[in-house]
Amino acid sequence: MKKTWLLGLVVLHSFLSEAKTYVVNPKGQLKSIQTAISLAHDGDTVRVMAGHYREGNYIIKKSIVLLGENLPVLDAENKYEIFTIVANDVSVIGFRMINTGKASINDISAVNAIQTKRLRVANNQMENTFFGIHLANSTASLIENNTFHSDAEAEHLAGNGIHAWKCDSITIRNNTIRGHRDGIYFEFVTHSHVENNYSHHNMRYGLHFMFSHHDSYVKNTFHNNGAGVAVMYTQDVTMIGNRFEDNWGASSYGLLLKDIRDSHIEGNHFLRNTVGVYMEGSSRCRMEKNVFKDNGWAVKIQANCDENSFQRNSFLSNTFDMATNGSLVLNTVDYNYWDNYQGYDLDKDGIGDVPFHPVSLYSMVVEKMPSSIMLWRSFLVYLLDRSEKVVPSITPESLKDNHPVMKNYDYHF
Amino acid sequence: MSKIAKYVLYDIVRSRFILFYTVFLLVVTFSMYSLDTDPGKSTLSLLNIILLVVPLVSVIFTTTHFFNSYEFIELLLSQPVTRRTIFLAEFFSVASALALSFLIGVAFPMLLLAYSEATLFLILSGLLLTLVFVSLAFLASVITRDKAKGIGMALLFWIYFTLIYDGLILYIVYSFSDYPIEKITLLLSSLNPVDLARIVILLKLDLSALMGYTGAFYKSFFGSNLGIIYSFLFLLVWIGAPLLIALRKFARKDI
Repeated sequence: MKKTWLLGLVVLHSFLSEAKTYVVNPKGQLKSIQTAISLAHDGDTVRVMAGHYREGNYIIKKSIVLLGENLPVLDAENKYEIFTIVANDVSVIGFRMINTGKASINDISAVNAIQTKRLRVANNQMENTFFGIHLANSTASLIENNTFHSDAEAEHLAGNGIHAWKCDSITIRNNTIRGHRDGIYFEFVTHSHVENNYSHHNMRYGLHFMFSHHDSYVKNTFHNNGAGVAVMYTQDVTMIGNRFEDNWGASSYGLLLKDIRDSHIEGNHFLRNTVGVYMEGSSRCRMEKNVFKDNGWAVKIQANCDENSFQRNSFLSNTFDMATNGSLVLNTVDYNYWDNYQGYDLDKDGIGDVPFHPVSLYSMVVEKMPSSIMLWRSFLVYLLDRSEKVVPSITPESLKDNHPVMKNYDYHF
Repeated sequence: MSKIAKYVLYDIVRSRFILFYTVFLLVVTFSMYSLDTDPGKSTLSLLNIILLVVPLVSVIFTTTHFFNSYEFIELLLSQPVTRRTIFLAEFFSVASALALSFLIGVAFPMLLLAYSEATLFLILSGLLLTLVFVSLAFLASVITRDKAKGIGMALLFWIYFTLIYDGLILYIVYSFSDYPIEKITLLLSSLNPVDLARIVILLKLDLSALMGYTGAFYKSFFGSNLGIIYSFLFLLVWIGAPLLIALRKFARKDI
């Protein structure tokens, strides 16, 4: 009922006012985008032809569509913010935005949206911007097919690629983000969807979110970011089919889960990370059908995590499968494939007859004394691990997979 | 020298031990690669063979060979050839026999089945380890008088470098874990040829785990070209030094 009423209003509105189109062309009569914006009314379109525009900051207070043809360049000359949007229903499509200013107090961005609704930012290229897109208190926005690239040398000189604060129901998809501080940053963002983005070579995190409940992250790739992906203080997160790759460093994680609750992590790939997944203070997370391959530590789970479950994952050629820092284990690990499993399957049901202990003695030793990593794969360490397997005394007895499957699951995504 | 070496080599090949060793290595390498679908894992299993079995066989074979051909050496000493020539001929023939069986037994199937940078390093380290332990075993045989003592001492070298030394390092790391001891452990582990070979390969195989803070330090050293050159130079020193000492001892030994 409500919807038909809304639709009726929209139809009526379109009859009352005829939307105009203003064409901005460096060779035409209307040369300035600023002028076009000031001429336009709600519902109008500003078409911007290819060219190099140096007009400082555009403040958009009307519901208009800004449409770039053949990527017109908006150059902020290392001084200004480019678009500051304070109206609802604004679209920014097809621009190349370069050289925003940098500041320590203001979050200068290529597109800065403050208290807006239904913003659409699509098909833009952001080059050498401080913040790429900054959304504050904006709902129902769509950000798609943009590329972000920053060359900043230090973390304090770079902003985030896509920064969202206190937003609801936003969609971020098919973007590529490189060289920023955080690729995608969420704080107090709810009911949002992040899909098919490629976030790589960012200085800090590929994806970083805090206090952002009921969000989903699907089929994104996070590759070679300074510290991987960090998600904190959040509940009801869904992460499906993402790839976490090549995050190397002492405090770098494929996926850092800190105080995450009731979340679902399925079908992700963790490849060549120093630590695939690091869990701290997390509860009731389901980790299913993930692939952990060539990581230093596939999973580091601190003893303060509880009721998490690891099921039907594949653990392949990791240096250490699991590590923990205590003897208390309140999580379940079941029906996984471990390539380090050396048990047998006499009844041929595809499930190993002896449980698998994924935490090796030496992974606990390395946890305590990082220098001892240098003795890994020596005969001594082999003997230590072996004797511990026969009579477990240091490694947590209860952290075990009672049903290790014999064959690799062979997940393809 | 080449003439003596030729006869010694002929003698070694005739004893068939070297043939068994070659076949053993071949069978192990081939079965490792056919058992596991992931060539990386097979390379890891072979790492254990190379770090343990190859040095062990090298020391045992060298010492037994030396004491078995003691009479032959005595006979040669009555001829107008220098002790130096005889000793070096013995060394080169034993070393080349063992190196050759390693190349045929491990390097050849490896290059055939799983060529990668890691396997290349594995082969090179295995080869150098063979030479290191041949050289150490020669030292052991020259110092001692009879076969039992000689083999005993050679085995001691082996067990020291493969097991005891690592235990000592672990103890040091444990005792001083509150201190920044990365550089010291780096120095200490480079004093052991087995560790040196292992670390060079570790950097190729377990890179992700090594990228943590401490590991990154080792990686930046051993992973650099300079570090690799340093490691292999050190292994060469481990071949040369015991050999030179053994040569001096042999030259002055009352036989």
